[in-house]
Amino acid sequence: MLRLIVRRLLFIVPTLLLVSIVIFLLVEVVPGDPGRVKLGPYASAEQVAQVDHQLGFDRPLAQRYVRWLGSFLTLHWGDSWNLGVPVFSLTMQRLWSSAQLAALALVIIIPLSILLGVVAALRRDGIADRIITVTSLSLTVIPEFVSGVVLIVLFAVTIKIFPVSAVAPAGSGPFTRIYHLILPAIPLMFVELGYIARMARAGMIEALDTAYVRTATLKGLPRRRIVVTHALRNALAPTVAVIGTQIGWLVGGLVVVETLFNYPGIGKLMADSATLKDVPVLEATVLVVAAIYMLSNLAADVIVALLNPRVRFGR
Amino acid sequence: MSDARESRLTIGSDAPVLSIDDLRVTFVRRDLDLPVVRGVSLEIGAGETYGLVGESGCGKTTLAMALMRYLPANGRIDGGSIALDGEDMLAVSRERLREIRGTKMAMVYQDPATALNPALRVGAQIAEVYRFHGGLSKADALERARAALERVAMPDPAATLRRYPFQLSGGQQQRVVIAMALAGDPRLLVLDEPTTGLDATVEAEVLDLIAELRERIDASILLISHNLGLVARMCKRVGVMYAGRIVEDGPARDLLTDPRHPYTMGLLRCVPRFGMRKDQAGLVPIPGFLPRLGSGLEGCVFSPRCELATDDCRESEPELDHWSDAERARRARCYHSDQVSGMRAAAAERAPGAAATSAGGALEISNLGKIFRDGRRRIVAVNDVSLAVAPGEILGLVGESGSGKTTLAGCVTGLLKPDDGSIRFAGQELPRSVAQRGSERLRAIQMVFQNPDSTLNPAWSAGAILGRAVNRLGGLRGAARRARVEDLARRVRVEPQHLEAKPGELSGGQKQRIAIARAFAGSPTLVICDEPASALDVSVQASILNLLAELQASGGISYIFISHDLAVVRYLSDRIAVMYLAELMEIGGAEAVFTPPQHPYTEALMSAIPTIDFAHPRRRIPLRGAVPSLSAPPSGCRFHTRCHRMLGAVCIEQEPPWQDVGEGHAYRCHIPADELCDLQVAAAAGDPE
Repeated sequence: MLRLIVRRLLFIVPTLLLVSIVIFLLVEVVPGDPGRVKLGPYASAEQVAQVDHQLGFDRPLAQRYVRWLGSFLTLHWGDSWNLGVPVFSLTMQRLWSSAQLAALALVIIIPLSILLGVVAALRRDGIADRIITVTSLSLTVIPEFVSGVVLIVLFAVTIKIFPVSAVAPAGSGPFTRIYHLILPAIPLMFVELGYIARMARAGMIEALDTAYVRTATLKGLPRRRIVVTHALRNALAPTVAVIGTQIGWLVGGLVVVETLFNYPGIGKLMADSATLKDVPVLEATVLVVAAIYMLSNLAADVIVALLNPRVRFGR
Repeated sequence: MSDARESRLTIGSDAPVLSIDDLRVTFVRRDLDLPVVRGVSLEIGAGETYGLVGESGCGKTTLAMALMRYLPANGRIDGGSIALDGEDMLAVSRERLREIRGTKMAMVYQDPATALNPALRVGAQIAEVYRFHGGLSKADALERARAALERVAMPDPAATLRRYPFQLSGGQQQRVVIAMALAGDPRLLVLDEPTTGLDATVEAEVLDLIAELRERIDASILLISHNLGLVARMCKRVGVMYAGRIVEDGPARDLLTDPRHPYTMGLLRCVPRFGMRKDQAGLVPIPGFLPRLGSGLEGCVFSPRCELATDDCRESEPELDHWSDAERARRARCYHSDQVSGMRAAAAERAPGAAATSAGGALEISNLGKIFRDGRRRIVAVNDVSLAVAPGEILGLVGESGSGKTTLAGCVTGLLKPDDGSIRFAGQELPRSVAQRGSERLRAIQMVFQNPDSTLNPAWSAGAILGRAVNRLGGLRGAARRARVEDLARRVRVEPQHLEAKPGELSGGQKQRIAIARAFAGSPTLVICDEPASALDVSVQASILNLLAELQASGGISYIFISHDLAVVRYLSDRIAVMYLAELMEIGGAEAVFTPPQHPYTEALMSAIPTIDFAHPRRRIPLRGAVPSLSAPPSGCRFHTRCHRMLGAVCIEQEPPWQDVGEGHAYRCHIPADELCDLQVAAAAGDPE
């Protein structure tokens, strides 16, 4: 078990290196001179060249990459070109805001969609199953910017039960803050619902069909015991794995939702830095998001292993 | 059997524990009603063991599931009644059904590995029965679970409680399932193919346990099996099922020695009796196939496949008691019961096969070794094995799973690279890897696998599969290729129209025929058959064995024939090699290996086969303990930990020498040939049975 974690952690290092190279090269090929970005359209060519020299942009590519990587690893992430504040604290601050939004969405949607998936599996091909399957699939295919706009129009503008802004006024208590986050969390939930519920349904149907569930049934166990202890435990593994990848995927949803609700999270930060070509911020946010993606996958694998004694005993 | 039990039997015979009357079960598929069980009636008395035999698809398992009221959503009970201890099983409430399952009737399944929940500890799974039926606390239930494991003779029951199913051997898993089934003290125990898929020695161990428990528990037993020998050994009464009906029933011994229904006779003629040889008598497969479900059945369902069928049979169906003998408690659903015993003569005498006489080996394996590495563990799967296969010879390879049979075969085909030793083929050293062998040797050495489902590409038609093999191995194209494919199909008796079909549309037997034809596409000289008939029904198995024997007789092809079924191996092989824990233990002529002197391991394996030969019952030699781990094999003689003829320290300390019996028969043991022969002859003579 420990070996599994260590091995996977070691695997993350080269993957992140690869991501860093890709994002570094990507920033290179995007048009726009870094000095020009920093100084604006009215600066003279000499000034731009001077800034480029200060930033080291006139040196060979490989050398720049190594330098950048070195300072990144020692947490010297530099200052944002656009906002002029240190990138590290900016990223972490925004990450924390995003985490709150994502956590709210996940805390509600994971148990709910697993429950719906299980109910659908138990009522397979029945009315409940069809309603759950069709609804969750329909909600999943609505893009966040569509559902987000509709929600704002409906519940923030027409019937004013939720605030338009996702940010609570400074100094509000936790409940007010959560209240402000509900509306932006809903589009995220919609998207996740379909994936998780469908996985839970499929896993549960498969588990209910196994010989060991037949054994449990013919032992005369109560239905609850069969469903929860025998089937669900084995059915959850693929669902957990999907949740792991979805957490990473969620960031993409955050970009849209945070922009729409003007919420200062890492998604919005990433989008803004890309539009404004704020190189240090863009590189930092991409790497942080990639790391989160991989760590959440690792966490999912660990949970899967905990559910499955075979993996735990290294067999 | 004790007197108390006898008296219980007589009392019990008045009120049967299970009584099924005219039961009908129908499956609905694509809006069609398919009758699977068509009016079955049977009774099982208290303490009685009733066997139900028949090929797959005859409705035995559906019948069992209907008993447990556990039919799939598209199955329904259409008529008839099931009474358990006088209680109408078709009228019970859902809650009562839950109570009945586990306490009044319980089930043991075919594959214990999948029947146990992989994520729960064994103890928790047994304890559940006590918790939810007996209302015991978790701790008390676990204590009872420990006692339950003790009852099924599980070694170290307390430790086993904490194990997960995958940490147990197949035999131990089945013990757990049996312990679980017995936990609620059921009145009826349903055993559905309880030993199918287990090794012969494990099978014998499980059967011994069931036979022994039968004396101590109250339950009546319904044993479902396709294995006539097993049913003969375990059951007092037997019912033979065909196409959803019971076609014959009666006392096991009487029915199997004097069958009165052609189907029963057909089943008996499909299976090689232990001691039967391919050159003495051919097996007689039952022609044709099971009628398709729902097809208009008129007259006797067996008539299309029956050699005794007359117009009467095709017009109206006989009743089950059309032939009956009240004194012998026998019944048969046949108009021609008196002619069934005459069918025996119809068994075709086979021309003796091409005897393996030519000197010089087709295949010579010397000091072969194969090691698998798993992290830091070294697993020696084949250790220092030397043997030769003569041209035109069938070498049978037997041993329990894990003995290295399949690994050895893999080294010969080149799919596995041996770590040690050499393989010479037709006088030349074989390169270790299949990639270096060149097309000529690929053609010459071919393999037939156990499961044709996974070795035939499901997206290709049978003809395309054969065509590709003919092209790759025989270098034929165009019309020549087509002609060769048709010729191959003829030789394996596959109808030309079936060449258009994809594997999914073919029956199991047809698929295995295609797989065999593929191996023969390039006229090989050595074919390795790894359990080629084990997954097939007995009647299909018979035709596959006949086919392999015919192909051998027609052209000097050698086989290495791997099987766990000793009767089949003895029937087909010219010589037999016995492997145990990666080493060769005995090799010799097929008859010599099965007569004294023989290696104690071979002796034990042989004694484990359930037999229908009532005249010559064999004494069971139980193998002690579990198969040791290959990563830490026992010192000295590898078999000493389980040997019933162990001499003493010498077996533990020294590797045994090869004892040469003559005529190419030799075994590895410290006991000299004449001494061992005396011991074994004396043991056979002193049989208690």
